[in-house]
Amino acid sequence: MIDQKKIKTYSLIGARATFGMYALDLIKENPNLLILSGDVSTSAGLDRFRKQYPNNYYEIGIAEQNLIGVAAGLASENFDVITTTFAPFQTLRCCEQIKVNLSYMKQKVVMIGLASGLVQGPLGYTHCSIEDLSIIRSLPNLNIISPADSLETTKAIDAALKSNQSTYIRITGSTNNPIVYDNDYEFNLGESVTLKKGKDVALIATGPMVSESLKAYNELKEKNIDASVINIHTIKPIDKKKIIEIAKTHQLILTIEEHSVIGGLSSAVSEIISSDNYNCKQLSIGVNDTYDKGGSYEFLKNKHGLNSQNIISKVIKNLKN
Amino acid sequence: MSKNTEEFQKIKIFSNKIRKNILDVAYKGGAERSHIGGALSSADIVSTLYGDVMNLNINNPLDINRDRFILSKGHACLVIYSALYEIGILSKEQFFSYEKENSILLGHPIINRDVGIEFSNGSLGMGLSLGVGVALSAKIKKKDYFSYVLIGDGECNEGSVWEAAMSGYKYKLNNLVAIIDKNGFQQTGTTNDIMDMYNLEEKWKSFGWNTISVDGHDINELLIALNKKKILESDKPTALIANTTKGKGISFIENNNAWHHNLLTKTQYEGAVSELGFDND
Repeated sequence: MIDQKKIKTYSLIGARATFGMYALDLIKENPNLLILSGDVSTSAGLDRFRKQYPNNYYEIGIAEQNLIGVAAGLASENFDVITTTFAPFQTLRCCEQIKVNLSYMKQKVVMIGLASGLVQGPLGYTHCSIEDLSIIRSLPNLNIISPADSLETTKAIDAALKSNQSTYIRITGSTNNPIVYDNDYEFNLGESVTLKKGKDVALIATGPMVSESLKAYNELKEKNIDASVINIHTIKPIDKKKIIEIAKTHQLILTIEEHSVIGGLSSAVSEIISSDNYNCKQLSIGVNDTYDKGGSYEFLKNKHGLNSQNIISKVIKNLKN
Repeated sequence: MSKNTEEFQKIKIFSNKIRKNILDVAYKGGAERSHIGGALSSADIVSTLYGDVMNLNINNPLDINRDRFILSKGHACLVIYSALYEIGILSKEQFFSYEKENSILLGHPIINRDVGIEFSNGSLGMGLSLGVGVALSAKIKKKDYFSYVLIGDGECNEGSVWEAAMSGYKYKLNNLVAIIDKNGFQQTGTTNDIMDMYNLEEKWKSFGWNTISVDGHDINELLIALNKKKILESDKPTALIANTTKGKGISFIENNNAWHHNLLTKTQYEGAVSELGFDND
């Protein structure tokens, strides 16, 4: 049971550092755990882990293709292996190694992609990651988890370590990470969480957009619009059953993701609702297939409409009376 | 007859059988074309490993103490399939199902540890990283198995080979041996023409590896270079640069890059088998 004090600490330090902090708990339970880093111990909050558990921490350097290969080799000898580096380098740089070693060969590794989405905006789009869901989603035999807050990041790591196939965990946001869950809760890989059950419109969100959707929910309620809010923490395997249920009971679905509108949550949802004749319209909020000018995280989120105000206006504009 | 000579003869016979198996399966299996040249250049290396050097458990291919062999140049799969067939891990039926529908043996190896195939390979430049992981695992678990990774000289164009080389040195993996099958050719030409790598020996040495150059068809030289006790005297990983001839053993295939990936006619098959000293059946 995770107490509220810890939940607040996790939120304060952000999801990245939560991973590093949580690793200190994990290793006590699981001495078979190895963490492999691509020169990111500080960025992932792993400095204490590195010092305290040198036999469980392997620094592979700035060489992500080798990071995945070494991880797969260790996994094949039955270690529980976590790899980590910044999201673009954890996914695209070593994409073919992920395909061959983890997807095709089914070696089980947990990949933690740091600072995905737009949080690295000031550093430019080399360091932003708006394509990772799309690219990784096309590979068979892999799970993808996109946690909504810091607490859910720890749940994602637990679920990924328990799963019998590889998982990509997409870490987003910064310090002072908004809290979606202020109490411990049950997390099941592949099962979405219905945070609000409404009937007019379904806000289907992932990652940091879950808290934006909750903000929008409150304002929509004041306008007498009854929204459902669904946290799709597992992008793959996606909760098909829930999406079909939503499509049958809502006239409008709005997917919201801090990712390109191509290939991520929006695509995953539309692949399901286009498979049958549901009387439900789908709209998407995400980054519209562009590498635009950079800027702060807040600036970029607003620029791409990744905020509660845009969610609200899109709902109002498109909801039939 | 000294022990060394006995070993030498045993491996020579084994190697000749492997070459025959390569021709048999290329001719009688399901493939339209096979990577014959690069399989033949590796035949003496693989025979020395499977015929003598490697600690294998035929009755339990999953034995945790087994030596691991990773065919990073996965297109040369016929050499490993032929060795596994010769030592009896692969059945005749499995062996000749090569590239047929639903076969476990395709034109690049697919992980299947029940029949001694450690990993899926074929996308070049990935095997050594796996070898580093497996060798590192032996160090962590205090196991004394060796890991051997067979790499093509053309394959050394891939940057990921050198990423892996860095980490093999860093983690002092003296239980890891990279064998470079230096046959001087890659898919569309000589290695010098396609991507001149200047001096491969010096490259491996400069990455901190204990580097030995041998004639990759001289069983004695291979046996001496692969001596485990000698290798363990160093704390570095070993790179064995095996100078080979692409297509070695069959005169019309040797150094003819048309045989990188090709089809044997009946006449060619019969001629090649005769050249190895076998009767045509």
